[in-house]
Amino acid sequence: MTVRLRLFKNVIKQGFQGMWRNRGMGIASISSISAVLMILGVVLILILSINALVVDTQSKFDEIEIFLYDDITDDEMVAIEDLVRGKEGVLSILFKSKDQALDIYKEQWGDEAYLLEGLEEDNPLPNSYVIQLKDISYADDIVAELKKMTGIEKVNYHKEIIDKLMLFANYIRVGGMVIIAALIGVSIFIISNTIKLTVTARRREISIMKYVGATNGYIKGPFVIEGLLFGLIGALISIGIVYFGYGYFFDSVNGKVYDIFTIALVQPNTILTDISIIFTAIGAGIGAIGSLVSMKRFLNV
Amino acid sequence: MIKLVNVSKVYDNGVKALKNVNLEIKKGEFVFLVGSSGAGKSTLLKLLLKEEEPTEGSIYLNGMDITRVRNRRIPNIRRNIGVVFQDFRLLHNKTVYENVAFAMEILGTHPREIRRRVPMVLSMVDLSRKASYFPDQLSGGENQRVSIARAIVNNPPVLIADEPTGNLDPDTAWEIMKLLNDINSRGTTILMATHAKDIVDHMQKRVITIEDGILVRDIEKGGYDREITTV
Repeated sequence: MTVRLRLFKNVIKQGFQGMWRNRGMGIASISSISAVLMILGVVLILILSINALVVDTQSKFDEIEIFLYDDITDDEMVAIEDLVRGKEGVLSILFKSKDQALDIYKEQWGDEAYLLEGLEEDNPLPNSYVIQLKDISYADDIVAELKKMTGIEKVNYHKEIIDKLMLFANYIRVGGMVIIAALIGVSIFIISNTIKLTVTARRREISIMKYVGATNGYIKGPFVIEGLLFGLIGALISIGIVYFGYGYFFDSVNGKVYDIFTIALVQPNTILTDISIIFTAIGAGIGAIGSLVSMKRFLNV
Repeated sequence: MIKLVNVSKVYDNGVKALKNVNLEIKKGEFVFLVGSSGAGKSTLLKLLLKEEEPTEGSIYLNGMDITRVRNRRIPNIRRNIGVVFQDFRLLHNKTVYENVAFAMEILGTHPREIRRRVPMVLSMVDLSRKASYFPDQLSGGENQRVSIARAIVNNPPVLIADEPTGNLDPDTAWEIMKLLNDINSRGTTILMATHAKDIVDHMQKRVITIEDGILVRDIEKGGYDREITTV
């Protein structure tokens, strides 16, 4: 067992040594890894922002409004209230009278509210119920039941908008995944090529090691560690650039974008952990796998 | 120590490098392997080093059948054989000391044992003073002595030398031969392929001659070829 431990130590030592001795090649590997990860970072932030937007929108559109005929009977109203109260996912049901509806309009119109004056006598707005839901996904079921009730003029909810938004967000997510997968593929190719150059340059060294009786694992080990270290450095660089770069962009643009579209970009701090984990894993993985893939061909001496 | 039974080797391109070779080398022997270029000397050495597989026949090393072994086991076989090449094959980015130590490191030898053994072997090949030099800073003879030190540092029972004096001037070549002879007298079996007629004639060891893949002569205390032995 101690022999194995010593072998392991040797391999690690040689990995670090190799990294230093091949730093020229290393810079090439590191820059291609960080370039790929930076693009990945942008795609990731885009996906996260859109995700946040969808979640945010969903929470804003989690209500159903039921407009009632003026001649609705008390029995019919009680029936509606009972039905809704008995449903899953309903947080509250509120009665909004004609007058309340008009007040809300007035409030919203602000300075132009004088245009609404005089409507009090013959208010054209209907009485309504506003149902608060836990989640818009409960809406379909409730709406279907409400359609069977009498005294209801119209049921208004934003399911369609939400559906479209969700669909759009899904496309973005799937597209993002495809782009990320493609990027990882490309970067493995680039890195394995870069490392292949290092390995080719050290072909002689490898064949000598084999003649002396080194096992494949012992020869591969240092290269894999080298690749892993290059990947980690590349990851650190890109984490730094993406985090600070996005932070700067966020600060300079967030206020304005929020005002115009009422959407918020993801906070730079919330993505730091995510990108740290993702980048480190991908960077180290690409580096190690890249070395391993490019080594294979040289080991059959 | 080394035994070949009916060994033939046909390369993929149809070249018949060895034809039905039978050979036995006993423990502690010093054997020259001679023959013109392309006669099959290198193929024979490659078979012993498991660089090539024989097409037919069996090969035994140290009592072990190494005719067909899994790739995984090849390193273990090579650890029983020290190898010296004409072109030295040293690691250029490592010092003399590191080159020799490397052969021990890959076995996971204890650092204390490495620190004890490497200087010992280096003093044996008379390179103690140059331990911290890089191969490029040394002469050909010195490089070959480093590679011999590396080959014997793990005390292998067999040492294979493929034209170890091929790149050296006559005086240096004799130094190397003396060194190999010393190693042999300590009990290591040596198989040396060579073209150096004068060395073979002078050493008076067992000589095996291969021509066109056939073992044509096997003489105890022989010379490079028959004419000279009879003189």
